[in-house]
Amino acid sequence: MDDMYREVILDHYKNPRNFGTLDPADISYEDDNPLCGDRIRIDLRLDENQRVKEVAFSGHGCAISQASASMLTEEILGKTLDEIRHIGKEQVLELLGIELGPVRLKCALLSLKVLKAGAYGLKEED
Amino acid sequence: MTALSTFDSARICADFPILSREVRPGVPLIYLDSAATSQKPASVIEAMNDYYRRSNANIHRGVHALAEEATALYEGARERVARFINACSTKEVIFTRNATEAINLVAYSWGRANVNAGDAIVITEMEHHSNLVPWQMLAAEKGATLEVIPVTDDGELDLSTFDDILQKRPKLVCLTHMSNVLGTINPVTDIAAKAHAAGALVLVDGAQSVPHLPVDVQTLGADFLAFSGHKMCGPTGIGVLWARQALLEDMPPFLGGGDMIRRVYLREFKANALPHKFEAGTPAIAEGVGLGAAVDYLTGTGMAAVHAHERQIIAYALERLEEVPGVTVYGPKAERKGGVAAFSLAGVHPHDIAQVLDRDGIAVRAGHHCAMPLHDRYQLPATARASFYLYNTMGEVDALIEGLYKVKKMFG
Repeated sequence: MDDMYREVILDHYKNPRNFGTLDPADISYEDDNPLCGDRIRIDLRLDENQRVKEVAFSGHGCAISQASASMLTEEILGKTLDEIRHIGKEQVLELLGIELGPVRLKCALLSLKVLKAGAYGLKEED
Repeated sequence: MTALSTFDSARICADFPILSREVRPGVPLIYLDSAATSQKPASVIEAMNDYYRRSNANIHRGVHALAEEATALYEGARERVARFINACSTKEVIFTRNATEAINLVAYSWGRANVNAGDAIVITEMEHHSNLVPWQMLAAEKGATLEVIPVTDDGELDLSTFDDILQKRPKLVCLTHMSNVLGTINPVTDIAAKAHAAGALVLVDGAQSVPHLPVDVQTLGADFLAFSGHKMCGPTGIGVLWARQALLEDMPPFLGGGDMIRRVYLREFKANALPHKFEAGTPAIAEGVGLGAAVDYLTGTGMAAVHAHERQIIAYALERLEEVPGVTVYGPKAERKGGVAAFSLAGVHPHDIAQVLDRDGIAVRAGHHCAMPLHDRYQLPATARASFYLYNTMGEVDALIEGLYKVKKMFG
């Protein structure tokens, strides 16, 4: 059994945590990886201390992109936007616990890209 | 005796050194990605190797022995390619980097000289990006319009509006001979006859057809035909633009530089004769030699036999794919297509399909296969694609199906 589809990844893929949308949301960002067709949107609600109170993700894509998004939403509950801005890609790869080639790395990191763009208050491109 | 028994798969596989490697220890390679690039027979690899070991020199101008030898090898490859597609003359065979560059050559040279504001260029919904983007660029620059032949649900060109499109008197109709996603083989000759009657020229993307079926430019009906060496058992870095000589004579040069000139003055130049007029700078000589060897290999096998073999493989592959619950195959039925099967599996992203199959050494492609508008047409973010060539076997189709059942089990 190879690592890439270890049980925890398949579990997050089949039973994504915090899947859905928040309307209204304090922060909402969406992006895709047009090369493989992965798409992820992340919505955040913040409490009075600017900490993540609620989070939801939606979209579609491969098991790696969806599992990493699901794991990431669990990870950021209670975190401040500043803490989110400091999440590195190593942390996401640690959550996934697998080694990835350059192509699949893009899948794994799409959710972090979306989350950080949201945290930095970027406007969605087209 | 069936056609298959005359086609010795085992002997053909033995001609391709890479097919005997293991992807990982104990996992043999099952290569189902020939629509992206084909594998190369030993004869091609050796021809290029020999060229560098024995004959390497720059071509066309040298008088020493090696320069003459290299020129003869390179121009010999051009003769082989001309014969392979039944061109009237080697003057009609322009070497480019690949089909993409061949199409761009037409867009830049013929397009900029002949397409004006308000002119229409016809494209189809099933084109590879390489037969879309050059025309989008040209249209944007010239203020020309793009007219689109749509695709039916079954993956064929919907020609019901073609007569209306031709009413707009387009300058050029651009279409693929064979779709790299759906496998659809388009009725190029019929379409070209109509286009010509309406005063349009016809550019055919032959990147998927020339490697897989007999193509005769004197009966095809195209005015321009583009194809790539690396998809037809040849190396990367060499492709071909075939065009009617009269058109090429009238077209301005594309890239400027050495080899494409007859005479250069400080402030002007006279262009060289065909085909050199369109080949600026030192070309991919070894790659040309390799393409010549690839043409020899395919000619020796017989393109009719290659096509017949692939028809049997794709018919079997479609039959087996359709028996896997959750699998949807896109494109027409086997008898109307070449050896390409794009498919999806319910609940599993194509990337995951490809990744899991790779564990068993099965190489398929996942993504949009450089045909985003076509995927938009079917509202698919991506598909998995198995594509076949002369070295593939029925047993490899069985391995693919077995692999898909493993994917289903993992994601079920």
